[in-house]
Amino acid sequence: MILLISLLFSFNQIASATPPTDVRAYDAPNDEGGRVRVTWELSADDTDESISGYEVYRNQTVDGEYEYRGFTGRGTSAYTDDVENTVFYYYRVKVRGKALGNSDFSEPSNAAAATGQLFHTGRTNVLLGLLVFCGMVGFFIVSATKGKELFVRRIAGLQAVEEAVGRATEMGRPILYIPGLSTPADVATIASINILSQIAKKTALYETRLIVPNRNAIVMSIAHEVVKEAHAAVGRPDTFKSGDVFYVTDSQFGYAAAVNGIMVRDKPATNFFLGMFWAESLILAETGASVGAIQIAGTDAVTQLPFFIAACDYTLIGEELYAASAYLSREPKLLGSLKAQDWAKVIVAALMIAGVVFSLFGDRFFVRMFEVQ
Amino acid sequence: MILDWYIVVYVFALVIGLQTIIHHHYHKIRRKTKGYWYSMVTLVSLAVMGTAGVFFGIEQGSFFMYLFRHIQVPLGATMFSLLAFFMASAAYRAFRARTLEATLLLVAAVIVMLGRVPLGYFLTKGLPEGFQIPAITEWILMNPNMAAKRGIMFGVALGMLSTALKVIVGIERGYLGGGK
Repeated sequence: MILLISLLFSFNQIASATPPTDVRAYDAPNDEGGRVRVTWELSADDTDESISGYEVYRNQTVDGEYEYRGFTGRGTSAYTDDVENTVFYYYRVKVRGKALGNSDFSEPSNAAAATGQLFHTGRTNVLLGLLVFCGMVGFFIVSATKGKELFVRRIAGLQAVEEAVGRATEMGRPILYIPGLSTPADVATIASINILSQIAKKTALYETRLIVPNRNAIVMSIAHEVVKEAHAAVGRPDTFKSGDVFYVTDSQFGYAAAVNGIMVRDKPATNFFLGMFWAESLILAETGASVGAIQIAGTDAVTQLPFFIAACDYTLIGEELYAASAYLSREPKLLGSLKAQDWAKVIVAALMIAGVVFSLFGDRFFVRMFEVQ
Repeated sequence: MILDWYIVVYVFALVIGLQTIIHHHYHKIRRKTKGYWYSMVTLVSLAVMGTAGVFFGIEQGSFFMYLFRHIQVPLGATMFSLLAFFMASAAYRAFRARTLEATLLLVAAVIVMLGRVPLGYFLTKGLPEGFQIPAITEWILMNPNMAAKRGIMFGVALGMLSTALKVIVGIERGYLGGGK
């Protein structure tokens, strides 16, 4: 009887898994601090479904009770722990069993503390690229300021601005300007406001009514001042109508409904949709097309571009939106930056071709130079 | 911290925004311009929602939320659903095969639309795998389409950088109402 019980007991005994080895801890690189990276050599039993994964424990002294910090699945040999900066921690790892039992603790790691890094070494290539581009912008701006003639390619959508404003003037109808639906934190909105400044000067000069409904209250405040300044700049401060630059609503489709209403009732001769747009883009552009307005759109939202291309007469694609202000104002300093953009694109294209060639010959080093961590 | 500032500035801007919307619609009503009664609806709605929110709260179950859920949300959904009809009319114009580009667009659109539904698979399931419509769809989306998107995105990134730089160094002042 005793023999039978002892035999049963021995069958229920589950062998323990082997603990992981070589546990190391170090400050997680290229971060603002607060993180320690723990690595280890996988357990000898980490070869099949016999274990679930690894439990990570830490303590501020080598001895004493370690606190459970987290779990990583089988086959992983690293864990990132959230810690307090400049406090040293020791780590131990143990296997959480599945077919096998839990292992003992590993040997403790070295002591490690987290600190923040000022420089992200994994993004050095981005910094270099940025410096090169800024240098090019500076160079072309200085060249333009010195009077060097800069050739800027023709952009049909911007060529049509003068014609669009003239058409509205001749027809005696207003111009509708939508500065996008985003906030001033969006560069596309800033670019749109810059264009609004140029267009407002033209409309002020021709005494054409310019309606600017806004979705964002801050953008409205900026647009209001920009249009007012534009009228003053061309010597027509009296023609500025404060009520034509107004806030509508924060609601996306509420805004779309209100602008559609303006289009249908006021029948603007020209619609400008310049800035950041989402799903409302086609609703606005199609309504504008249905009332017979000439429409010029521009956005950097790649998903909305096809809608504008389908429904508008002219579309500024991506970067052309950012080029518009320089193109319309013809100010040498601004044109200089356009030239830098064009040359940067030539360089990017050349690097892409070089990357393809190097990859075809099996060399990955060139491509890896451009990887960003 | 900057986000907190933005919220504070936004609240003040919203007050100015409210003033402009009231001013705009009040003048429309006073002059009895075309469709001025829409302006009346806007101002009445603004007053009702504002009163409901300020005096009766905006928590779940409040009168404000009742109005929001039963008027604002369905109206927004209605506007959004109109998109389907606008897409059809825009597609009709874009896909008229008058030029080589429009024809290419039409062919690509038909293939991609068929490739997204089971019909595309059933129409070409007898063909080698690479010539089946779902495979061609995937190729169109991942190659010419992706290449064009990335090209645009490169330009956008450079444009953003350039604009930011011009704003930082004060060359571009149009957004301040200044500049030549």
